[in-house]
Amino acid sequence: MNNSNDSSIVNIDEMVLNMGPQHPSTHGVLRLKIHTDGEVVSKIEPVIGYLHRCFEKHCENLSYEQIVPFTDRCDYLASMHMDHAYSIAVEKLLDIELPERVEYIRVIIAELQRIASHLVAIGTFGLDVGAITPFTWTIRDRERVLDLFEALCGARLLYNYIWPGGVSHDLSPKFIQHTQEFLDYFETQIVEYNELLTGNKIFIERTADVGVMPSDVAVNFGVTGPSLRGSGVDYDLRKTQPYSIYDKFDFNIPVGEGKMGTVGDSWDRYWVRMVEMEESIKIIRQAISSLPDGDVHSAMPKRIRPKKGEVYSRYESARGDVGFFIQSNGKNIPMRLKMRSPAFCNLSVLGEIAEGWMISDVITILGSLDIVLGEIDR
Amino acid sequence: MDLKGIFEIIKSIDGVDLDLESNFISVSPASLLELADKLKNDRDLEFDFLMCITAIDNGDSKSFTIVYNFYSNKHSHSCEVRAQLALEEEIPSLSDIWKAADWHEREAYDMMGVLFNGHPDLKRILLPQDWEGYPLRKDYKVADYYHGVPIPKDKSYWE
Repeated sequence: MNNSNDSSIVNIDEMVLNMGPQHPSTHGVLRLKIHTDGEVVSKIEPVIGYLHRCFEKHCENLSYEQIVPFTDRCDYLASMHMDHAYSIAVEKLLDIELPERVEYIRVIIAELQRIASHLVAIGTFGLDVGAITPFTWTIRDRERVLDLFEALCGARLLYNYIWPGGVSHDLSPKFIQHTQEFLDYFETQIVEYNELLTGNKIFIERTADVGVMPSDVAVNFGVTGPSLRGSGVDYDLRKTQPYSIYDKFDFNIPVGEGKMGTVGDSWDRYWVRMVEMEESIKIIRQAISSLPDGDVHSAMPKRIRPKKGEVYSRYESARGDVGFFIQSNGKNIPMRLKMRSPAFCNLSVLGEIAEGWMISDVITILGSLDIVLGEIDR
Repeated sequence: MDLKGIFEIIKSIDGVDLDLESNFISVSPASLLELADKLKNDRDLEFDFLMCITAIDNGDSKSFTIVYNFYSNKHSHSCEVRAQLALEEEIPSLSDIWKAADWHEREAYDMMGVLFNGHPDLKRILLPQDWEGYPLRKDYKVADYYHGVPIPKDKSYWE
């Protein structure tokens, strides 16, 4: 029976549903204003800022060295990446050359951090769609990375390890040995994750073809990182504009292929992270095998006082493209520091791609974007 | 393509200039939309990514610099565009051309009070909607109270 032209049918008003700020599936303190028609989402407005800690204002009152602990707290799941991104920006401003050993150490640490961060992303994504076991497994394995970092610098989450001009401590031979043991162990774990989650029928039905993000929409919204690569765009700064010494290593950039559904669906974004961990293992193994000797403190400046000028530097973190714009006026504190946080742009696309899906799918899509609110709100 | 090559293509637009010393292209707010359209759609440029918008207080809170960082994934080149603004002067919004500009412009408005002409929903994004003042301006003074709650300003409040 076709009632579409029958004016006697009452239009059901839309309902506005508030998700968050305190909600287990928003991955932090995020509020979503969801306009729904029945159970179908017609519009989403993300409301952010609950974790705003005035990062940029603080930076205008702190010397360059003192900012490093603050960058740690921006993306608390990938603190090393934030330190590294900031240090690269300051080094560009100072125009200093680093010892090779420092670059190698930084790459090893950054890739270990990428594994740790992706493990949380994958685990919580499984949790979002109802798979509880993978979360316990990924957190267990992430713990081993955190143990490595603890042996390295004493901290488990907020490291303050990578400084402009070097790193705070040199690697110990024990660290190398433990890292190799971890990689051997972790390689077999990835096989298990794939058996448990990647090919799981229930998981595929919840995620494949859900929240498809076409590549042109993703690019237009400035989405970067694994979320963009899930849409099939071959964009990774480690390959396209290599910083540090990434041009010396042999690794691939996985992009979404639509193996289980359409290119750019939630499953693709998950799968890109999964394969990226394998690539990170490759990079770490190569870096360890050719790790040179040297003094990690030799290039560290006594006082950081860059000359007048601006720099915009970019870095591929676990969530995407971190940009630091630093304006120096010749003093030991920056005149203006702006951080382009990847999850900020990645979240802005949610309203576009979640439209027309069920409320339960919004959870899936949000989980597949892998946001960290500390970095969005800064 | 390097910055000189990019400038060759866009130099016919009014108010566009090249600063080779600091490697950026300066533009007047009036011709920003024309420039943006060319950057996005010219076949040799194709800047599909708007990476970042930074608002800078020039020091006296009377004039501001807006910095746009573009990147082209196809040609893998990047460029920086800057526009100078006086207090209360409006600058056209780029959110119709790059959706990424939407939230970045809201942030610039929130923190620096820059007004974007033609933005679909220019409101605060990180701070509460009823916040007073623009915190990243150099002349910003922290208020004494927020909703009746005293705002601590020195260590004596918590030590």
